[in-house]
Amino acid sequence: MSDITKQSLSELIKNIKDKKLSSTEVTKAFVERSEKSKELNAYITEDFSAAIDKAKRFDEKPNLDLKLPGIPMAVKDLFCTKNIKTTAGSKILNNFIPTYESTVTQNIWNEGAILLGKLNCDEFAMGSSNETSFFGNVQNPIDKDLVPGGSSGGSSSAVAAQLTPITIGTDTGGSIRQPASFTGTVGLKPTYGSCSRYGIVAFASSLDQAGPMAQNVKDCALLQEVISSYDEKDSTSIDFKRNNYSKELTNNIKGKKIGIPKEYRVDGMPKEIEDLWKKGIDYVKDCGAEIIDISLPHTNYALPTYYIVAPAEASSNLARYDGVKYGFRADGENLIDMYEKTRSEGFGAEVQRRIMIGTYVLSSGYYDAYYLKAQKVRKLIKNDFDEAYKKVDAILTPSTPSSAFKIGEKTNDPVSMYLNDIFTVPVNLAGLPGISIPAGHDAKGYPLGLQIIGKAFDEQNLLNIAYAMEEKINFKNKITDWWIK
Amino acid sequence: MSIDLKTIKHISKLSRISVNEKKAEKLAGDLNSIFEFIEKLNELKTDNVQPLTSVAETTLKLRSDEVKSKNLREQIIKNSPQENEDYFVVPKVIE
Repeated sequence: MSDITKQSLSELIKNIKDKKLSSTEVTKAFVERSEKSKELNAYITEDFSAAIDKAKRFDEKPNLDLKLPGIPMAVKDLFCTKNIKTTAGSKILNNFIPTYESTVTQNIWNEGAILLGKLNCDEFAMGSSNETSFFGNVQNPIDKDLVPGGSSGGSSSAVAAQLTPITIGTDTGGSIRQPASFTGTVGLKPTYGSCSRYGIVAFASSLDQAGPMAQNVKDCALLQEVISSYDEKDSTSIDFKRNNYSKELTNNIKGKKIGIPKEYRVDGMPKEIEDLWKKGIDYVKDCGAEIIDISLPHTNYALPTYYIVAPAEASSNLARYDGVKYGFRADGENLIDMYEKTRSEGFGAEVQRRIMIGTYVLSSGYYDAYYLKAQKVRKLIKNDFDEAYKKVDAILTPSTPSSAFKIGEKTNDPVSMYLNDIFTVPVNLAGLPGISIPAGHDAKGYPLGLQIIGKAFDEQNLLNIAYAMEEKINFKNKITDWWIK
Repeated sequence: MSIDLKTIKHISKLSRISVNEKKAEKLAGDLNSIFEFIEKLNELKTDNVQPLTSVAETTLKLRSDEVKSKNLREQIIKNSPQENEDYFVVPKVIE
């Protein structure tokens, strides 16, 4: 069968279940395409020959009742994988081989999927363009020298370029939704507490969530149903009723109330983003849903709040990298000198910057003025959403304030880089689920995404709205395989 | 408010990240532009607002006090940068 890699996850599963394709054929096809696509730099670690061996073993005794039978899958290199190097895109973890598996990846392997390799990302998931990775920047398959977004940039690039049928990323301030938007793919950040954080390299623990990144909403729903689970190894994991999201998926959203928050019309937003949003509103109306104007008055304060809360938690989480128990160690004259040199040489510039911000806002004399203040504003931001959800079922916004930018364009201006996450950050601060779906192209032909934000634990409704809109939008990604010689 | 080089040196010490003069100057510039952006929060009155410490409104679950993982010594030591059968090794701390 030709063009295996062009098939969606759902098609591949059907073909494997119908015995029209073997896991070995499918795995080999994705390995071959990945090998021809090194210029994208989507992988940090490849595990191709082991993947083919596992596929052969699957085919010898196929269990076709599983949800991901013999499906090869590459995952973001922020998930610990037993006996496979896990770097978090950092020099400081360049030699780290976990002796245990993250819950989310374990859930995936339990359903029959096979690890292809570990995908590039911004260092410790801190970045919006994949340029902070110790392993180099990732190319967006949409165009040469274009960023794939971040921090899950290797993941978005790999799904868009069809190096893996589907993948997982993590999202602390937009790291699944923004790269999905930049590459014309679908990315879901689930409700905080939906997917276990156990075995995910921590960045900001009150914000981090794992989620699926896919070519379409149905595939995304299926992977969400696999990865979402209650886990006692994560004390913030929440025990709620999880749906079979893909089975219960419906495009009937008649009568649903969709809110349009006026505060998301930010100054200097390009006209094409405004137009896309208007088109999105029309699609929603076409589906029989009702549009309601709402207000989220503290939207403008979300980014400053995030840039206190996230670095504060990061500075605390990253204190563990001291050159003693695992990871990179630099030589020092004494213990303190060893710590300081290890962290100075082992962390990249953006990570050091965020550790410094976090340390400062938590330091004596500044805690109340910054960290406590930010936690209070975070409450106001969450209250905004609580109020809005008295009137609406979901909220529609653009995913990003622009399409993908060129590599190097924003690296010297941290604040302009941070502004990329203006529409995605409030969702993390409030712990809500959000999905980005591709909805159109800008004048350069680069994809643009729309974001739908749902109520907490209401992933089913969110996916249904995305599914209905996807059908109306009928988006086609423009990928020319320019990187394959 | 402005973050000067002395403050940068102090934060770098607290963070256990060594910085030279050149790096300190770059960091001071970056941090000042970031904090200028953060100062926006001062526009809001928050005296009567309760801080949000967790979005997950659940109380932590209790579990029975049982040992679940055993004999992990080898696994724990496995990734240590300097090998020694039973211990983590660090530069000498006592003369």
